[in-house]
Amino acid sequence: MSNLTLPANIISNPLLSQWFRLDHLPKVTVCSGKVEIGQGIQTALQQIAADELGVDLDQINWIAGDTISSPDEWYTAGSLSIENGGAALKASLGYARFLAIQAAAKHLGVPFESVQVSSGIFTSSQSKESFTYAQIAQDIDFNSKIEINEEILLSKKQVQAKWVGKSIHRDDLINKLSGAAFIHDLVIPGMKHARMLRGKHVQSTILKIDLDQIQQLSGVEKVVRSGDFLAIVGSNEALIVQAQEKAQAYIEWKNPEYVQEQSETQSMIKGLKSGDEIAFTNGSEKPISKTLTLSYSRPFLAHASIGPACALAHEVDGVLTVWSHTQGSHLLKNQIAVGLRQDQSTVKVIHTHGAGCYGHNSADDVAFDAAYIAKVTGHPIRVQWSREEELSASPFGAPGVIEFTVGLDETGRIQNWESEIWSPTHIHRPGWSGKLNLLGAWMIDPPHPMDETKDNPLPQGGGLRNAITLYDVAFQKVRHHMIPQAPLRTSALRGLGAYLNVFAMESLMDEVASEIGVDSLEFRKKHLTDPRSIQLLDQLAKISNWENRADLPEGSGLGMGFARYKNTGAYCGVMVQLRAEEKIYIEKVWAVCDAGQIINPDGLINQIEGGIIQSISWTLKEMVTWDTQGVTSASWDNYPILNFDEVPEVFVELLDQPHQPSLGGGEAAAGPTAAAIANALVQALGIRARHLPLTPDRLAQAIE
Amino acid sequence: MSNIQFKLNGKAVQTDSPENTPLLYVIRNELDHQGTRFGCGTGNCGACTVIIDQQAVQSCDIKLWASADKEVLTAEGLAFDAIGQIVQKAFIDEQAAQCGYCINGILMSVTALLKRNSQPSKEVLMEALNRHLCRCGTHVRILRAIDKAIQQINQKRAA
Repeated sequence: MSNLTLPANIISNPLLSQWFRLDHLPKVTVCSGKVEIGQGIQTALQQIAADELGVDLDQINWIAGDTISSPDEWYTAGSLSIENGGAALKASLGYARFLAIQAAAKHLGVPFESVQVSSGIFTSSQSKESFTYAQIAQDIDFNSKIEINEEILLSKKQVQAKWVGKSIHRDDLINKLSGAAFIHDLVIPGMKHARMLRGKHVQSTILKIDLDQIQQLSGVEKVVRSGDFLAIVGSNEALIVQAQEKAQAYIEWKNPEYVQEQSETQSMIKGLKSGDEIAFTNGSEKPISKTLTLSYSRPFLAHASIGPACALAHEVDGVLTVWSHTQGSHLLKNQIAVGLRQDQSTVKVIHTHGAGCYGHNSADDVAFDAAYIAKVTGHPIRVQWSREEELSASPFGAPGVIEFTVGLDETGRIQNWESEIWSPTHIHRPGWSGKLNLLGAWMIDPPHPMDETKDNPLPQGGGLRNAITLYDVAFQKVRHHMIPQAPLRTSALRGLGAYLNVFAMESLMDEVASEIGVDSLEFRKKHLTDPRSIQLLDQLAKISNWENRADLPEGSGLGMGFARYKNTGAYCGVMVQLRAEEKIYIEKVWAVCDAGQIINPDGLINQIEGGIIQSISWTLKEMVTWDTQGVTSASWDNYPILNFDEVPEVFVELLDQPHQPSLGGGEAAAGPTAAAIANALVQALGIRARHLPLTPDRLAQAIE
Repeated sequence: MSNIQFKLNGKAVQTDSPENTPLLYVIRNELDHQGTRFGCGTGNCGACTVIIDQQAVQSCDIKLWASADKEVLTAEGLAFDAIGQIVQKAFIDEQAAQCGYCINGILMSVTALLKRNSQPSKEVLMEALNRHLCRCGTHVRILRAIDKAIQQINQKRAA
């Protein structure tokens, strides 16, 4: 791709004023559609911005995810904020810098090329004067359309770049670690607290209700009911929380009929009604001498944010303002308007930091809840979901099954690679394929019809994410069985289908290597020509002492997993050393990541470390459970996640590629980690685990 | 009405909330100290941990009356506490957070522990930390920050 192409997010938000303004002087205002969700993106994007404009970080007035004053950059998702959001900032702010240098050159009376920018000050060796962004603000046409050309790109050399590539500390953490900082902490004068009343299944309907009794509960000032949408409102949060529990005595719920008793993931998923599509084919089949057929699965997983969802809403003069920790402010704004059956110009959404979401959790649903209640009552409203709602009413990460048939030639090389994937959708966000997808909107009277599900197609893929092998094979075919209706609602969880697909493919590579009796590192390298992949695997083997793995004590094992996220994002290899007894103890983890040019090394390491730990938790412990009444894993007791005493030592190494484009790394580690655990378990116990999670029960069954 | 008094970060405060109100809501809504987070309401995740008379306590799970006439310390007060400020600074220095929602509870638990015992064994430290959940997977950095705080506290003591 040529450097002279405007990024997609600029084409959809073409005006300079959508990205850059001088309306908050002496700071420069930079606007982004990519929002902070705990991944540190705000700091990394500000580093990019500072180096385009020639300003310091503390000279930036940052606005992100505000539907009035930020560009629409779709969702903050898919590890694309650096790749797409960063590219958009480079283009828009590069253009701004160019205009600013032009204006400064004119004021200074010097040639354009002689102007330098540093800390927001324009100087020239040919003049004793200097100018600031504030002083040239009048000369910039903010309504002009962003352009890109050689001259603009070359002017980057006139900036003293000093931020990209450094481990800059996040300034948002100062407030977060000392006081109010999250959406949960926002207070609007006159605000009332609301809580939702729900059945045990997210789409339960009200069979019988005694509204008078609920209205009389202490603290309840108002009951809001519309169809199956039911909420209580009051001024005292503590009393409303008590009433939320007590009110259940006066409601009888009916569960949706499609919910059947939970059974073992693999057979249940394959038993559901599904489509059948050849999603990808490449090459042609080669003669083979050996065929292996293998199958892997993962269960429903919860996002399980530590801070349950929260939103605030207030209608003033016919405009409804909604504060939300959504990943897509503009899309949410539009769908709230659709849900409320009002014009899109009458709703605005302001992104406010929340707890980590790891994908599409309840952030959007609670925003609709708040919007609806604020509209009906006329009060400023704060809705806080409970822990139980967070673990039962949020969308879940989609389960899946993948089956492989691989054909090897006489030399032990994989020639034919066929896979079949069964999964419900991995994306069901508001605005996804133009659909509403807001829980509350399906419940009000008259209800909006439940939106049909549609998975993300390749090349990004949902259930198919990372389903195409990076290894060199002669023939590949991927078949997708998309399940339109699963027992539980599913949507994006960090990595989408890549978690299962990489776990499965990297387990498969070890299984095949073992079957033909070759080293699994060598087996991988034999199927790779990409030098970056090979360099990364060699480095991983070196730092983890792969060569000497036979020296590990009995019951211990070393195993690896590797992938390039989406085959276009960051490369990540993970090595796990574990000990297996009554349960699996992960002792050490090494990871090597190549994310192209690194913006903030410590921020990237933090994301890789987090991805590894979260994946260990998913892989060893996590599975959503339900019965015909609804979700039964709705508390931390029933949905345990990794504890501090289960955390291994983690060593992350980055391979900087200063001349390669920056690649998103936030989701790169999960799949490789899961595979590394399963592969290490084979050395430790001689057991091959193909169905997640690897709980002590499953381990005991496998040993028998 | 209860008319309960206690000290919040060194300052005398008074509340009329019913005495069985969870302390969390009094601190957050009435006394406007929102660095203490709601996470589960059942004492399972540790996000709401505060220090009451040297003990780390989950404020969602303890009633207001239990704080009567006691000293309550929250994240807002750490900067004014000799041990607390070292712990808080170590977490910032190590960038021991991703979303940061669970961290303040952890800061309180670690501060309470290190005030009692500046050289805790691994078992004692894990006992304190296992009352906390972190979903971002920041554990490795949290442990590193705690190590750093322990070193600094002991260096200071030795000096």
